[in-house]
Amino acid sequence: MSELLIKDKDIVVPGQELALGMDFLPNSGTFRDNDKIISSQLGLASINGRVIRIIPLNGKYAPKRGDTVIGYIKDMNFSNWFVDIGYAYDAVLSSKEISSDYIERGADLSQFYDLGDVIVAKITNVSKLKMTDLSMRGPGLRKLTDGRIVKISTVKVPRLIGKEGSMITMIKDLTSTRITAGQNGLVWVNGDDIRKERIAIEAINMINDKSHESNLTEKVKEFLETRLKENV
Amino acid sequence: MYKKRFDGRKFEEIRPTEAKAGIIKRADGSAMFTIGKTTALAAVYGPRELHPKFKQDPSKGILRCNYNMMAFSGSGDRVKPGTSRRSREISLVTEGALNPVLDLTEFPGTVVDVFIEIIQSDAGTRCAGICAAAMALADAGFPMKDLVSAVSVGRVDDKLLVDLNKEEEDHHEGAGVADIAVAMMPRLGKLTLLQMDGFVSREDLAKVLEMAKDACKKIYDVQKNALMEKYK
Amino acid sequence: MKIIRNHIHALLEKNERLDGRKFDELRKNISIEYGISPKSAEGSARVKFGNTEVVAGIKFEVIKPYPDEPDKGTIMAGVELLPLSSPEFESGPPDIKAIELARAVVDRGLRESGAIDFKSLCIKKGEKAWVIVIDVYSINDEGNLADAMGLCALAALKDAKFPKYDEKTEKIVYEERTTKGLGIKELPIPITVVKIKDKILVDPTLEEENCVEARLTITTLEDGRICALQKGGETPLDTKEIDHMVELATKKAKELRKLLEKK
Repeated sequence: MSELLIKDKDIVVPGQELALGMDFLPNSGTFRDNDKIISSQLGLASINGRVIRIIPLNGKYAPKRGDTVIGYIKDMNFSNWFVDIGYAYDAVLSSKEISSDYIERGADLSQFYDLGDVIVAKITNVSKLKMTDLSMRGPGLRKLTDGRIVKISTVKVPRLIGKEGSMITMIKDLTSTRITAGQNGLVWVNGDDIRKERIAIEAINMINDKSHESNLTEKVKEFLETRLKENV
Repeated sequence: MYKKRFDGRKFEEIRPTEAKAGIIKRADGSAMFTIGKTTALAAVYGPRELHPKFKQDPSKGILRCNYNMMAFSGSGDRVKPGTSRRSREISLVTEGALNPVLDLTEFPGTVVDVFIEIIQSDAGTRCAGICAAAMALADAGFPMKDLVSAVSVGRVDDKLLVDLNKEEEDHHEGAGVADIAVAMMPRLGKLTLLQMDGFVSREDLAKVLEMAKDACKKIYDVQKNALMEKYK
Repeated sequence: MKIIRNHIHALLEKNERLDGRKFDELRKNISIEYGISPKSAEGSARVKFGNTEVVAGIKFEVIKPYPDEPDKGTIMAGVELLPLSSPEFESGPPDIKAIELARAVVDRGLRESGAIDFKSLCIKKGEKAWVIVIDVYSINDEGNLADAMGLCALAALKDAKFPKYDEKTEKIVYEERTTKGLGIKELPIPITVVKIKDKILVDPTLEEENCVEARLTITTLEDGRICALQKGGETPLDTKEIDHMVELATKKAKELRKLLEKK
């Protein structure tokens, strides 16, 4: 006797019973207790056939290999920079990983990246204790020299980017801004028109707040078009 | 004989409750929980760096709770700022109440800080703090086996009851008072906090813990609705 | 982060701020809530400056008056920057930032302003007088805690009612609150004005605070008299700038005073 106790896209809390019976399969954000499937997250239920998983509505960033992140230089020594990527511990950017040019040992690293500089980097390695290595070698990886940083929840980044980049491209086009979203929830926004840049940021914050709502792309589009027409 | 409760409640009735989640924007998760005239605020920061290094656990993150009463929150005299033996004990048992539902193995070497502030007290402060803290952890997106709901139960003179207020706590007539703080994982009714001041018979303890289970189920609904309300 | 600072500087050159406010504009959504802990505190309030939120509470205690002022009571102000309110604040005794806020912003403004008639706090000359203890706490820090706290302390004082004092037992009966308030006559309001790259701004947000070169918190009364000043930051100010800041602070204090007077 199997029974679903919730619907697709319901918001659920930890400890909430989602389904009875062995027909359903627990996926991420859920666990099985005897014949019940229980939520372990505050999130959105996603039911795909017999598989139940919970999409979290919040969560701190945990570094993963391959992620593109935005971070800032917090410290440096003779051969490394220490970069705050929004995790409990700083990531390490080795001087060997910033370009294919040879950097002399003992060179003044601050001429490349100085304290407080903001960079777009790629995570190349994450150890068991979550010590993270970064690299700047790759397309799009660079120091950011202008613009603003907005912080959203790391779990909302996929919503901001959208299917094949549809959401983020729409915001970029409508507001004529450049936007780069790091997987760690830091988003770089730079527009020549300060008013449009502000509107882009409002749209990004809107996605962060309403990521659980349906038809979000439509709502954001409508918001942008209305807002851009206003004079403020 | 304690015939009628001072505030007219039934013996198994909890005071009016109110809860809200996500109220402190800078925190990773936050919540407010009010029961009767007792109000607790909780904020979660983490996982974050843990100093000094020797305190770090390489296998998992550590939960660290800090309970504090605002100077003007006591019933009567001003509460002296700073920690006291009482506040440190409550911080410790709060950790004990919350740890069983958490799995911090994803965050080795880090600390998850939970700060609890009491804005007004009318007994039941440690329980209100635990209720707020559990909500704040869920709000932050931590995986949890269940929420934690807490309430005081006990005996006032000859009656077993739920959710003592200050007047009842201080009512030393007749057979005196047993004041029992209980926290539990509501789904399975498993206790994670059990403390008592006073004395109680074995039969009465069993009875009053059953009353606690029912009360905690009601509190769980309040916590659940507050967490979901944020996303309506 | 450097680019945020650079961005703020670039915008200021164009007379713009990050959130679109004018240089002399306070945040919208400034609110005061009275009596947030009515059972336990003799007076209390919550103030929000946008997302910055603080609370304050008043407790009355009885002390022996100071020998040089035997017929007066006094006030004591404490501020705690709670770790609950920001990842930057640590547990422990108040650090220098909190102490500066307590002394310079809350205490000094109230003490010198004549807001409280200290003689009215006398219970028995030379022997007993009331001390009003104000405790202010940060709940969420999005910048400008100083002004939010100054306003909140004042609101809590307006909300305060004396507890009963039992002459016979010489004890305060907190459970019995009288209807007698403090009779606050003056409303001293602190306004923090900051300088970033030669531009003068009021009500800095968190990001702007990180770029502040000099700041001046000016507490003024209704009639324009200044009753407290506190300069901070590592950059000097010239007298012309100071005068401009005072003018701004007086104007903004008037706006906030209207909010307070609504109660």
